[in-house]
Amino acid sequence: MSIFVDESTRVVVQGITGRDGSFHTARMIEYGTRVVAGVTPGKGGRVIKGPGGARVPVFDTMNEAVAESGANASAIYVPPPFAASAIMEAAESGVEFIVCITEGVPVLDMTRAYAFVADHGVRLLGPNCPGVISPGKATVGIISGDIVTPGPVGVVSRSGTLTYEAVGQLTGAGIGQTTCVGIGGDPIIGTNFIDCLRAFAEDGETRAVVMIGEIGGTDEQEAAEYAGRSLDLPVVGFIAGQTAPPGRRMGHAGAIISGSSGTAEEKIRAFRENGIGVARRPVDIVHLTREALR
Amino acid sequence: MNLHEFQARELFRDAGMPVPQGRVATTPEEAAAIAADMGGAAVVKAQVHSGGRGKAGGVKLAGTPEEAETHARAILGMTIRGLTVHKVLLVPVENIASERYVGILVDRAVQAPLFMVSREGGVDIEEVAATNPAAITRLRVDPRFGLLPHQAYRLASALFDAPSLARQCATVLSQLYQVFMKNGASLCEVNPLIATEAGEVKAIDAKVTIDSNELFRRPALEALRDLGAEPAAETHARAAGLSFVKLDGNVGCCVNGAGLAMATMDLVKYYGGDPANFLDIGGSSSPDKVVAALEIITADPNVQVILFNIFGGITRCDDVARGIVEATKRADIRAPILIRLTGTNEAEARDILAAEGFSAFTSMDDVVRAAVERAAA
Repeated sequence: MSIFVDESTRVVVQGITGRDGSFHTARMIEYGTRVVAGVTPGKGGRVIKGPGGARVPVFDTMNEAVAESGANASAIYVPPPFAASAIMEAAESGVEFIVCITEGVPVLDMTRAYAFVADHGVRLLGPNCPGVISPGKATVGIISGDIVTPGPVGVVSRSGTLTYEAVGQLTGAGIGQTTCVGIGGDPIIGTNFIDCLRAFAEDGETRAVVMIGEIGGTDEQEAAEYAGRSLDLPVVGFIAGQTAPPGRRMGHAGAIISGSSGTAEEKIRAFRENGIGVARRPVDIVHLTREALR
Repeated sequence: MNLHEFQARELFRDAGMPVPQGRVATTPEEAAAIAADMGGAAVVKAQVHSGGRGKAGGVKLAGTPEEAETHARAILGMTIRGLTVHKVLLVPVENIASERYVGILVDRAVQAPLFMVSREGGVDIEEVAATNPAAITRLRVDPRFGLLPHQAYRLASALFDAPSLARQCATVLSQLYQVFMKNGASLCEVNPLIATEAGEVKAIDAKVTIDSNELFRRPALEALRDLGAEPAAETHARAAGLSFVKLDGNVGCCVNGAGLAMATMDLVKYYGGDPANFLDIGGSSSPDKVVAALEIITADPNVQVILFNIFGGITRCDDVARGIVEATKRADIRAPILIRLTGTNEAEARDILAAEGFSAFTSMDDVVRAAVERAAA
């Protein structure tokens, strides 16, 4: 099994004619993801050719795209000024799942989009995230199929390349994954750690979860408490940013220690207190996961 | 991006908030002249992107223009938490009857703007939160409706008992919310908001942080950036599209992705070294970005070794390799460069590097350990 995306996922790509949108549309199709439509306002009627003779119709609006193609998920690659609007358009269009890859979305835009999406009962992943991949089934976003392999471990992370590093090491050690989810590095995101832990718990095949957090906020602490209280799966944790100075934004808009809150120590302590094994080095994630699977 | 107090109070004034007038001086003589204009007495305040200005001696009360000059001479050029003071703000002396704290920020836990107000004004709100959390009143604002009048009054009533003060305060809170939304802020703070002996509510301090993601559509705010308040390397990095934070160690780090960059720094520390910086070259990185990154890292005299950690995805390893080769041809880089790369176009990258006499690691653990050893040697 898997969470969020699988063989039944039918993706519409918002911003499909852009540089990132067209590149990753091809990558998703190559991996076997069913990309059924694209949207770029003003470019409706075009057809995007993909690998293996794929032909993806382009529409002007999400409503048309979903009505014509039966899409149930969207992947957003539009530039930051238009990203929040694209999210809200997707929420109204009837898709159940929205993945927003865009980095640099104004945070106040996201507070409105978040409330709008919640009202429509739609799941949003991101923004500023790498997306989600269920090995052997589908990838929605930008995670490369080369580094994953099917297996029993769920991976959830706030980061992009650090996720690749961890997943690459797991795959290299012969430990496969049910689904790998990047929830994004922004302060306001749609799907958080707890949402993913809950989904992994309900997925029959996930037998352990790797949770990769970083400095800033309290999402990891809350997830740790949730895991300690009501999760039946073993969890392996890693926190990036132990050497980050307070008050400085470390790349991700959300990766900032505010005053004395959101430090790596605080998160690692919350992990330990709730029975989550903490990897001190990325390579230790493999050792701890192997133990967790025993 | 942090604004200075004198910039933030202009945004407050534009919204109609009761902010006493003030003027900025860059020399002691100027400070004396401004104080004379104000009738002699003035408060002299260091303009620097740091809290704790008062404790550091950066805020002084002057009774006469001569005293203002003396204080300005002491404050201008002083260092507060590593930042040099280049400007002072002079404001009139107020008769303070009570001090309050009001602030609004984007709160991650409630996924919305959140007001925080407290009767314990004039002190560090973090300290209040730690020692007396019950003294802080919070209110989540639904961004679709904004701060509603009854909500503003409820917050104001938590701060002031006298109805006239509460009414003035409610207006200030609504205005502060306007400043917050209109300027794409992530934080607006007034500490303290005072009531004077004469029964007037006034904002006598101003702190505003703008969400960096908003600056592309707010050039007037971008223009307020104080380039003198940040290290030159950070200005250079921003212009090159890199994310960079200077640290104190000697292992220069160049990584793709913020999470991996932090994990790399942490691993340097784990093996007994000290990172010289955080540097994320970003996703689709061209050779030019790598050249700029190397310029920035090598400009730091502390750097003993340069560590590349690249996990290719959107980032192509061959682009990074080309950048390294080009940078080493352009400038004589004396620090050894240790490279780890894996992922997209890894084989091409290895060929490019081998032709120039570089080799590359495949494991993050190995390259970090080797870099720490070289830095210690």
